[in-house]
Amino acid sequence: MSDAKPEILEKIRRAVDGRPADRGADYAAIPRSYRQSGDLDRAALLDLLEERLHGYGAGVYRTNRADLPAAIARAAAARGKSRLLIPDGAPREWLPESIEFVGAESAGVDALDQAEGALTGCAAAIAATGSIVLRHSAAEGRRALTLVPDYHLCIVFAEQVVETVPEALRLMHEAGAGLLTTIAGPSATADIEMTRIQGVHGPRTLDAILAE
Amino acid sequence: MSVRVGKADHAPAFPGAAKRLMGNTQIRQNVRRATDTIRGKRAKVVAEMADWEELREAAHAIKEHTLRYLDFYLEQFESNCTRAGGQVHWARDADEANRTVIGLLRGRGQNEVIKVKTMTSDETQLNVALQEAGITAHETDLADMIVQLGEDEPSHIVVPALHRNRAEIRQIFLKKMKLKELGDRPEDLAAAARAYLREKFLRIKAGFSGANFAIAETGSICVVESEGNGRMCLTLPEILITMLGVEKVIPSFNDLEVFLQLLPRSATGERMNPYNSIWTGVAPGDGPREFHVVLLDNNRTGVLADPEARETLDCIRCGACLNACPVYRQTGGHAYGSIYSGPIGAILSPQLQSMEHSKSLPYASSLCGACYEVCPVKIDIPEILIHLRGKLVESGYPPLAERLAMKAAAVALADGDRLSAAQKLARLCQWPFEHEGQLRNLPGMLGGWTAFRDLAAIPKESFRDWWSARTGGKDA
Repeated sequence: MSDAKPEILEKIRRAVDGRPADRGADYAAIPRSYRQSGDLDRAALLDLLEERLHGYGAGVYRTNRADLPAAIARAAAARGKSRLLIPDGAPREWLPESIEFVGAESAGVDALDQAEGALTGCAAAIAATGSIVLRHSAAEGRRALTLVPDYHLCIVFAEQVVETVPEALRLMHEAGAGLLTTIAGPSATADIEMTRIQGVHGPRTLDAILAE
Repeated sequence: MSVRVGKADHAPAFPGAAKRLMGNTQIRQNVRRATDTIRGKRAKVVAEMADWEELREAAHAIKEHTLRYLDFYLEQFESNCTRAGGQVHWARDADEANRTVIGLLRGRGQNEVIKVKTMTSDETQLNVALQEAGITAHETDLADMIVQLGEDEPSHIVVPALHRNRAEIRQIFLKKMKLKELGDRPEDLAAAARAYLREKFLRIKAGFSGANFAIAETGSICVVESEGNGRMCLTLPEILITMLGVEKVIPSFNDLEVFLQLLPRSATGERMNPYNSIWTGVAPGDGPREFHVVLLDNNRTGVLADPEARETLDCIRCGACLNACPVYRQTGGHAYGSIYSGPIGAILSPQLQSMEHSKSLPYASSLCGACYEVCPVKIDIPEILIHLRGKLVESGYPPLAERLAMKAAAVALADGDRLSAAQKLARLCQWPFEHEGQLRNLPGMLGGWTAFRDLAAIPKESFRDWWSARTGGKDA
C-alpha cells in the first residue's frame, strides 16, 4: 500500500513523456484574454450588487457609514431579531443599543443552532455575481458562525465591492486567505423538479447592508 | 489493480437498457422537463458573458498544461497541504481508496460519517464498502439523499435525482424518515430534509467530501455547492476526509477565477452557486482538527497515456453535455449503466475501465456535436467518441454483422460496376418493406437500425443511372 505514490507518479511520467522541459514557460503561454477587471463606476457597482442580491432573495439596505448602527437596528427589527451573535472582532462602533449582541467565539454548535442570527462583516463583494466573500478574519468570525444560525446579517462597505470574480479572488489571494467562503444569496436547492427553493441547511435568510 | 466505476462492470449494454427506459414515460417526462429548464437558464447566463469563449480557451489551456505536468503539481499540492496540517494518501484504485477511508474512520472509532455529494466516491462505491465495514454513511445533498433513501442510482452528474418527481420523493421521505405527515410542495420536502439532517450535522464527528479543485500552489481545496450541506460537512466535524481524482489539481489560486466563472453558469445556469468553500489544511480554532486527502488514480493515468483521448480528464463535472445531448434527453442517465452518464460518461467510463466494460457507450451518441458546443473546458467529445470506436473495432468489439456490413460496403463502393449491381439488387429486395418512400421494420441484422427510425428507400433511378442516360454513357 505504501508504494502507491511512486507507482502513480511513474505512470504519469511515462504517459506525458516528451513534454517541453520548461514548465514555467508552458504555464505562461496559457491565453488569458478574458476580462480580468471591471469598468463600472462606484455607484453603478453598488446598484448592480443590490440588484443581484435581490435576485437571490436577500434583503438589501443602503446607508452611509455614520448611520450604520441605525441601519443594523432597522434590518434586525424587520426580521424580529433582538439578540444576535457577533464575532469578537466586530467593531463596537457598528453596534446599535436596541439590539443585544453576544460574542460568538466560545459558542458551541448547539448555541449557534439556537441563536436568532449572526451579524458579521465581510472581506469583499462581487457585483457581477452578487457574491459576498468571507475570509474569516476577526470581523467575520469562524465559518460556523455564518452557517449554523438561521439568519445572517452582513455589512458590506462600498470600497469592498469589485465588479468581477477575478478581481475579488486576486484580492483574497494577496491577503493570504487560507479559508474562504463565497455566499450568493441564502442557501438554496433546485433538486426537486428544478424548482428553486430558498433556504435548506445554511441560513435561510440573508440580509446585506451596503454602507458608503 | 482492479478499476471499478460504480457498478458498470455488470451493467447491461446501452441499447437494451435504453429501449427499456424509453418505455418509461414518467422518467422521460421528468428528464425532459429538468434538462429543458437547466438549458434555458444556462443559455441566458452564458449569453451575458462577452468573454465566454476566452474563458473556455483559458480553461482548456490550464487543464492541458496541468495534465502535461501532473506529477509536479500533485507533489506540489501534497507538500503545501502537508505544511498546512493536512495528510495526503495516494490510492491506485477504488478498493485502495475505500480501504484508506475505512482505516481512518475505524482508527478514530467513528461508525457514522456525513457526506457531501461526490461522484468520485460513487465511482469507488464507497458507501457499499463503508456499510460492509459497519460504518453508516449519510448523504446530505438533497438529491443524493433522495437517491440513497430510495435505494436508487444517480441519473445525472449534477442533479442525480432528476428522474424523480415530487410525488415519488414524498413517498420515499415518508417511508425512510418515518414521518406521519408531509406535504408534496418542494418547500415541504426541503424542510423535511433540513430537519432530518440537522441533528446529524450537529452530532456526527466525521465528514467526507469530494473536491471540485485542488490548488497546487497553496495546498487548498475548493468545494462548490448550493444547499449549505457541504459547508456543514466541511466545517462541523472533528475529522474530515476528502477524496479526489488526481486530475482535479490546478496549478495556481488565480486559475480558480476561470473555473469559478465557467462552472456555475454551465452546471445550474446560475451566475454563481450559493456557496463556495476553500480551505487549506487545518485552521486552528475553525473547523476540523484533522484533515486527510485521498488522491485517487483508478486508471486516470491510463487515460492520460492516450494522447488522443487525454482531454477527457479536463472535465469539471458540470453536466452541461448531458443536458444538451439528444440521446441523454431521451433515455436519462440510467441507460448508460454507469454513474457517469451522457456524452462525458460515454467517453469516461469505458476508458477508466480500459475498454473492458461499457463497450456499447461510445456508440450511445449521434455525434451531433452539441456536447462540444456547451463544454466549458472545450473537450472535443465527438472526436474522442470516434477515436474510442476505432479502438473498439481494432479489438473486435462491434458485433460481427455490423463489421461484415461495413466490409461489404467497402467492397461495393470501391468499384462502380459492383455498386450498380448492388443498388439494382437492393431495389429489388426492398419493395416488401417500402411505404411512402421509407423503409420500415427491416429483417435480420438491419432490424437494429429500423427498430427506432425509418430509412429512406433507394430511389427507382440512381444518380449514376441518371448521369449515364444524360451523357449518353460517356463519363464527363
